[in-house]
Amino acid sequence: MALITSAHRARSRLRPVRARAVLAVGAAALLAATVAACGNGSSSGSGGSAGGAKNGFTQAPQSSGPLTVWVDSSRVPAAQAYQKAHPGVPLKIVTYDGDANGSNTLQTKVSLYDRTGHGWPDVVFSAESNELSWAVSAGFTAPLNQGLVPSSVLGNFATGALNPCTVNGKVYCLRNDLAMVVLWYNAKLMKQWGYQVPTTWPQYEQLGLKVAQQHPGYIVGNAGDTFTPEIYMWASQCQANHITGLRAVTVNVTTPNCSRMASLLDTLVKAKSMSTLSVFSTAFDKNEKGKVLMLPGPAWFSGAIFDAPAALNAPKGEIAAAPIPQWPGSSPASTGNVGGGLWLLSAHSAHLKQAVDFLTWVTTNNAYQADLAPGYPAYAPAATAWLANQAKSGYFATDISPVLQQAAGQVWPGWGYGQFSQEAIWAATVVPGLTTGKTIVSMLPAWQSAITSHAQADGYQVSQ
Amino acid sequence: MKPRAGHVFVAGYVVLLAAFGIVPTAYGIYFAFTNAANYFAGLSNFTAAARDFRYLPALGHVGLYLVIWLAALVILVTGLALVLQQLRTRRLGRTVRFLYYIPGALAGAASVLVWLFMLDPTVSPAAGLERLLGYGTFGQVVEPGHLAVLFAMIAFWTGAGGWIVVMYGALNNIPLDVIEAARIDGAGGWQVARRIQIPMLRKWIVYMVILAFAAGTQLFIEPQLVSEASLGVAGRDYSLNQLSYDFAFQNNNVNYAAAISVELLVISVAVAAVFVTRSRFFDAD
Repeated sequence: MALITSAHRARSRLRPVRARAVLAVGAAALLAATVAACGNGSSSGSGGSAGGAKNGFTQAPQSSGPLTVWVDSSRVPAAQAYQKAHPGVPLKIVTYDGDANGSNTLQTKVSLYDRTGHGWPDVVFSAESNELSWAVSAGFTAPLNQGLVPSSVLGNFATGALNPCTVNGKVYCLRNDLAMVVLWYNAKLMKQWGYQVPTTWPQYEQLGLKVAQQHPGYIVGNAGDTFTPEIYMWASQCQANHITGLRAVTVNVTTPNCSRMASLLDTLVKAKSMSTLSVFSTAFDKNEKGKVLMLPGPAWFSGAIFDAPAALNAPKGEIAAAPIPQWPGSSPASTGNVGGGLWLLSAHSAHLKQAVDFLTWVTTNNAYQADLAPGYPAYAPAATAWLANQAKSGYFATDISPVLQQAAGQVWPGWGYGQFSQEAIWAATVVPGLTTGKTIVSMLPAWQSAITSHAQADGYQVSQ
Repeated sequence: MKPRAGHVFVAGYVVLLAAFGIVPTAYGIYFAFTNAANYFAGLSNFTAAARDFRYLPALGHVGLYLVIWLAALVILVTGLALVLQQLRTRRLGRTVRFLYYIPGALAGAASVLVWLFMLDPTVSPAAGLERLLGYGTFGQVVEPGHLAVLFAMIAFWTGAGGWIVVMYGALNNIPLDVIEAARIDGAGGWQVARRIQIPMLRKWIVYMVILAFAAGTQLFIEPQLVSEASLGVAGRDYSLNQLSYDFAFQNNNVNYAAAISVELLVISVAVAAVFVTRSRFFDAD
């Protein structure tokens, strides 16, 4: 899940819900239809150039025709901006749910197209950063660093930005945005109440307890989201999702790295200065508007939560960002990450040249990434321009550029991108318990076994 | 010429039945007994699917849901139909009948969406009641222990109205002289219902239970939409049909998915067979 997608989705719950319902019904119908269609292989090839092995994969026969791109609603402006800059290119823009929340729409559709032998989009945006865990083995994505995209372009992405895109040294997608976690805070209130921005987790915990006493009702964080583990556990270097091979993962969530953060969250939840609502729930907007003193969260919280009329709608000049606190004695500095979208190129595309041009443009061109994109661009030159635009808007109390730039390189690499959704597992295993008053510490063993079961169901070798 | 005309009328249905009923079912059965390489796999898909960690909980969920839902359906639908028939004025009867039927006019998914709003205390018209019960947030309302009851409520609200109208029609078909005779013998409203009306409704009730059981084992839309709305907190992999869907599209295993679908088919057919033979459903009156 990434970026404004999440905001959009949760805020207007109906859209994805309806999409899913239609999908459920449609999937059944499609499955039936495949019976008739199954068997005939490729149906493309309208007299274009012959395909074959090139650029590290077997290419489909190339032909002319419109370029089909799939985007979520938040990325429609990207496709439209490309169309505006390239009026001569026939473009077919299809909006879908962007795979947010592990909806698996893309995988579902691609597996159906694989059966029918046609129908794949040329370029797809996905909000799920673990998309490659199935897309590479399914043969859906084309490798980009084997001649399709120049290495000079690939080299300009931020350090580690292409990690979720890389399998065995081959780059299979381009990252849209980075979603590193920072500590958002209300600079005006902090100053007014004479508080220091915490730099370590123990300081953060102390301040949380103090706030609970001195200013009851105000919160220093939120632990009720499906991506809560990606904010706190990831930053705490908790070994919940250490992908060690194509089908191997190490899971060990009862170690101190995990339990220290779990007990911190429990303490603050008990003190009531840590909310257990989802930041995308109507209840959060209603109860916490104007009551957020601090909120650890990804870069896209700025536009999706604070500077968002439908969410907290914090006034101009109050919100600032600081580096996420660290545990004493733990180095190097590490932070978490919540999403960050990907752009995938279909290996079945019959319009590769055009598709690569589109893919490169939407991820690197300032006309979209710096001027229109809601989140922090993964392409470093675009990020610099994006930050300059943010500074110009004057929304933040301080310049957030250095904090975001530094955090972009500090995402802890020990949390990988497996096929199973960590968000879905946390949502089903830990969140219901939190709602009924159980502590996270007491649920760590259940979390461990849920991750293990889901990983094994996807064919992963799980070690502890 | 008469038989030929009949064939023409039925042909359209037969084509659709074959394309969207029989062929997919056969295709599903084929998948259930083969492996990914299309070789015969015996019962291995069934045993492997049953060993999955989500299988037994899903089976339990569906079983509990069926018990609650079928009991509610039989008791309340029959009861409400009897009450409806007792209503003195025609106009009132017509209005109530229409009100019962309205939810059934909404398509499946749309009617569940209505419930998503009903269940979220921040937007629900029934928020006061939910707070009274101690549930202040959507998360508290849809906590895992509540789901079977909630899904039964949704299913009853969306599906019962149509059945009430059907039962009402069946009640009106009971010859008046039978009821008159009972009245003359001194039977009150309650005795008429228990001794005359309910026994004569038996076949309709059996018919309703068979169809409701088949629909209930295939529980999907309700948990799936609640899962989406709660961002995965409640209802994911709740029912067997959802597990089948996840096998097919998340674990990329069409064979396990088909095995579960075939199980559901077998269970529904078996239960229908028991009910039909036990109730002498096809006996002539």
